[in-house]
Amino acid sequence: MSPRQQKLASAGLIVGVFVFWELFCLLAGISELILPRPSRIIAAFIEYQHAIWPHVWQTFYTTMVGFVCGVAIGLGLGVLIGSSKLAYDTAYPLLVGISSIPKVAVVPIFVLWFGAGTIPAILTAMIICIFPIVVNVSTGIATVEPELEDVMRSLKATKREILWNVGLPRSMPYFFASLKVAITLSFVGSVIAETVAANKGVGNLMLIASSSFNVPLVFAGLMVLAIMGVSLYAVFSLIERNVASWAMRKEI
Amino acid sequence: MNRADQSARFVEFDGVGLTYGRDAERTQALMPTSLRIAKGDFLALVGPSGCGKSTILKLVAELLEPTEGRILFSGRELGAEPVRVGMAFQSASLLPWMTIRENVMLPLKIVPPFKAGFRAKKAGEYRDRADALLERVGLIDFADKNPWQLSGGMMQRANLCRALIHDPDLLLLDEPFGALDQFTREELWQTLQDLWLDRSPTVLLVTHDLREAAYLASRICVMSPRPGRIIEDRAVTFARPRPIDLTFDPGFTALVQELRGRIVHTPVTGSIGGSAA
Ligand SMILES: Nc1ncnc2c1ncn2[C@@H]1O[C@H](COP(=O)(O)OP(=O)(O)OP(=O)(O)O)[C@@H](O)[C@H]1O
Ligand SMILES: [Mg+2]
Repeated sequence: MSPRQQKLASAGLIVGVFVFWELFCLLAGISELILPRPSRIIAAFIEYQHAIWPHVWQTFYTTMVGFVCGVAIGLGLGVLIGSSKLAYDTAYPLLVGISSIPKVAVVPIFVLWFGAGTIPAILTAMIICIFPIVVNVSTGIATVEPELEDVMRSLKATKREILWNVGLPRSMPYFFASLKVAITLSFVGSVIAETVAANKGVGNLMLIASSSFNVPLVFAGLMVLAIMGVSLYAVFSLIERNVASWAMRKEI
Repeated sequence: MNRADQSARFVEFDGVGLTYGRDAERTQALMPTSLRIAKGDFLALVGPSGCGKSTILKLVAELLEPTEGRILFSGRELGAEPVRVGMAFQSASLLPWMTIRENVMLPLKIVPPFKAGFRAKKAGEYRDRADALLERVGLIDFADKNPWQLSGGMMQRANLCRALIHDPDLLLLDEPFGALDQFTREELWQTLQDLWLDRSPTVLLVTHDLREAAYLASRICVMSPRPGRIIEDRAVTFARPRPIDLTFDPGFTALVQELRGRIVHTPVTGSIGGSAA
């Protein structure tokens, strides 16, 4: 299959799923309180769109702020850990330990410290995306070929020069690859925090809608989340492809 | 030290030995060795695998500290600028995000005095310098390509250029042509010989290929199996520039045979665990 046909087939499958969903609900007579039809979901979205937009903005904002802070911290830690064997070996167990805590579990703690609202969502988005960035950046830096390192050291290059000229550029494809994972995680993190403790955001909207049994609105929220998630991922994949083209061995 | 003496002792190993690791994990790689390398010499190091050839190279490049003895560089004793080293390994290890030209220019960003020039926007001048070298090895048409668009032999040419761009006094080569086919290898022998003839750096070449050593070197040191020591040190006197046909010359073949005999029939000496000093 050519890439074009591949894309057409994917799009066809997505449309097919929605058509099947619509027909299935209609023919089986499934209650709107259980599973609304796609057409009802879209109708609910249009009906409530003015109410939905501020929540979308809130979720986007907390995700991005958390993500940017997480990236900055992750990059810094990654460089630090990657450029020293000692730091790498010492800090790794701790990082693995922290990363294996389910991040939802820390939301109540953030709420305890900062109260319900925007800050716990930002912090959750931040903390959840640090680890993949640290791992990728430090791995990129720590796995510079020993021959190359010898060549640089024989030129009497300082550690900083090696990092700047070799380690950092080398870790960039790893870094950009981790960004698209990180943005997805941040997004998940902030929605989770909104669902648990917030008064704004798409997660919160869904929570309130479900408590008032407005099921089409719950699903409209879900749809908005899906679209946001896919768009964020797509944007960062695009950035990755353009920034680190050399790592993809693309013919120029 | 007078001038002649100084240039005869450009690099001097004074009882230099090297043991890797500590305690139970000690591996003696190099027995205490004394060796003098004259300025402008082309020395090839040959010997069985694991005998410490790469170790010697790393010692000369000061990537390793000797665990015994000391290494003297004549230039340094006079307080002159430190010995400038260029190095190339079997894997070209070019940086994939840079063009070939940028790769070749990399040492200029690191090594003084060029480093200062890089900031002073002398980049254009350095570019010409890199291009001249690339022209010399027949890579000028590929200057703007990325490394992965080149064949193995071409990458190795670029690797040589990178090792030479900053006019090193000392060129250290560790099996630079080891991964190449016979024809490419012989082509690169000639390239290297030409480069050496017009720039006359002091070369230390580690190789498994005895024909390579005999064709290129002015002097060959044969090493024993680990822990390594130099068991033979001989001059190679074929006239320069050496044509590639020299490799079919009976004198050349005899030399290669003799070297092979030395390496294959040397009994293992010293202890394996380490403390044979
Ligand atoms: N980093 C290291 N730690 C411990 N032992 C080492 C280390 N590097 C080398 N050795 C040991 O030192 C000995 C000499 O190694 P070296 O790399 O100098 O050999 P070589 O002559 O270059 O071999 P080859 O021809 O296979 O490249 C080897 O037996 C090896 O086991
Ligand atoms: Mg070796």
